[in-house]
Amino acid sequence: MNHGALSRWLPWVVVGLFALFPLLESTFYTQLVTKVLIMAIFAMSLDLLVGYTGLVSFGHAAYFGLAGYALALMGPKYEAASLWWTLPASLGICVVFALVTGLLVLRTRGIYFIMVTLAFAQMLFFIFHDTKLGGGSDGIYIYAKPTMNLGETVLVNLEKLDQFYWLVLAFTAASFFLLRRILGSSFGRTLVGIKVNEHRMRALGFPVFRYQLASFALAGALGGLAGYLAAVQFGFVNPEILSWHQSGMVLMMVILGGMGTLHGAVLGAFAFVLLQEVLSNQAWFGVAAKHWQLAMGILIMLVALYLPQGLAGLMNSFRRKPQVEAEEGADG
Amino acid sequence: MAEAILRTEGLTKRFGGLVAVSDVSLDLHVGEVHVVIGPNGAGKSTLTNLLSGDLPPSAGRVVLEGRDIAGLSSDQISRMGVGRSYQKTNIFLPFTVFENARLASQSRTPHATRVFSRAEGYAEINARAHAALEAAGLGHRAERVAATLSHGEQRQLEIAMCLATQPRVLLLDEPLAGMGPHESQRMVELIKKLTADHAIMLIEHDMDAVFAVAHRLTVMVNGEVLESGTPEQVRASPAVQAAYLGGEEMLHG
Repeated sequence: MNHGALSRWLPWVVVGLFALFPLLESTFYTQLVTKVLIMAIFAMSLDLLVGYTGLVSFGHAAYFGLAGYALALMGPKYEAASLWWTLPASLGICVVFALVTGLLVLRTRGIYFIMVTLAFAQMLFFIFHDTKLGGGSDGIYIYAKPTMNLGETVLVNLEKLDQFYWLVLAFTAASFFLLRRILGSSFGRTLVGIKVNEHRMRALGFPVFRYQLASFALAGALGGLAGYLAAVQFGFVNPEILSWHQSGMVLMMVILGGMGTLHGAVLGAFAFVLLQEVLSNQAWFGVAAKHWQLAMGILIMLVALYLPQGLAGLMNSFRRKPQVEAEEGADG
Repeated sequence: MAEAILRTEGLTKRFGGLVAVSDVSLDLHVGEVHVVIGPNGAGKSTLTNLLSGDLPPSAGRVVLEGRDIAGLSSDQISRMGVGRSYQKTNIFLPFTVFENARLASQSRTPHATRVFSRAEGYAEINARAHAALEAAGLGHRAERVAATLSHGEQRQLEIAMCLATQPRVLLLDEPLAGMGPHESQRMVELIKKLTADHAIMLIEHDMDAVFAVAHRLTVMVNGEVLESGTPEQVRASPAVQAAYLGGEEMLHG
């Protein structure tokens, strides 16, 4: 099977296999994989900025948290809100926030861009942490999960673990295919061109700022999608989901998986969440489990040093070898 | 003489106390190559940067077809039909040669910003990219990664990208730098061919090439225009001969 066909069919096969997962009927693992899939959306959205547009944002949790708070604050307190309007509204808020902050942060580059994106995320963090708007540092509960009804019929019941799992899987797959499509288009090529050589793109006549702003808004919307789904899953939001730890975590997922590849972002999310589960398992690591972040930090450093292309790069290096041999064989 | 497509009036650029370009007035005509020569640090590249919008001028006007474009951004000026190549190769090293040219070509077809159709699906964009590569002599290298090209070929790609944006005014900043004699010869032929329907400003040190293509010649020293005119006039100028003291052989065609 050649590379083109593989990259065309493999994602569908993977989605198909994941769709079977709830049939194992393990509550714990279904919830865990749901969380991983949500993080995969989050990581892909950041990879659009970091890996494809060359914008290293250290404030991506802003969108994750903003959409979560939007859901918590928009719906009625004890009744279920409808997903049909709370989801678009939450994403809309993220897009507006991205456009407004983007107008400012996109005038900076490099380390300044990192600092200014962080500053905006911290601003949101303190707004929710220090005011009564969102329940302060305790956060707010979302007592009833949003409904997804068509007239009188319940289309998807988000209270049911497996149905919610499938919904999240559908959103993850949709995000992946949407981003892949966009990145293969002229728009996507322009973004990568900007990442590689912004100066030359400008000299060729591309209005670089507009493309960056569009990418920033799209990444914000998808980051918001992940935040919305996470808020639904956990049933509460607190300022932690907006904190710089959260921004750092998703950045680590992208680095771990390999910047500039969508499947790398997905792999990074998986590896990170699963490593976190394993390393913080007291039955296995005892006292050390409490300090799982230390082990995680060392692992991330090793990846940065020895696997600059991340897990996706590791996968490619396994896949390339037999191909090269086959080509050489054909030549001989 | 027909109206100049691009002209500058009193163009000046100061960096703090340093005047890099001082009161430069020159004009470019379609069908002519206007060569700017001068020693290192004369302000030739800064002049190019002022015309292309890479730098905003401190004073003076840049008039493109009757419109003052001084201070516009480089992408705006590019879309108005002014293309430039860089002295230091400025290409997309990780991309294929074709993708380099395709991106350049894509910038001329705004509807290609459609986000759901494949980038390679636009026949018009692809044709323009291929034509530019052929013109620059890189047609056979289309599938190579740009980083693996020789230095001379990267210079050719630099020109091809410029051509793929279909400019009417070409600003070429030392296109022959680092090229072998064979490649240089081909570049000179290309410049001659492009002259018919482009206005070209060429910055060049290779005097054989300069006199092979120049219709007008401007000599810059310390940011100022020392002499400007036909190659014969400039060659005969006592001021130029004095400035290039002992460097007379430099001006022997």
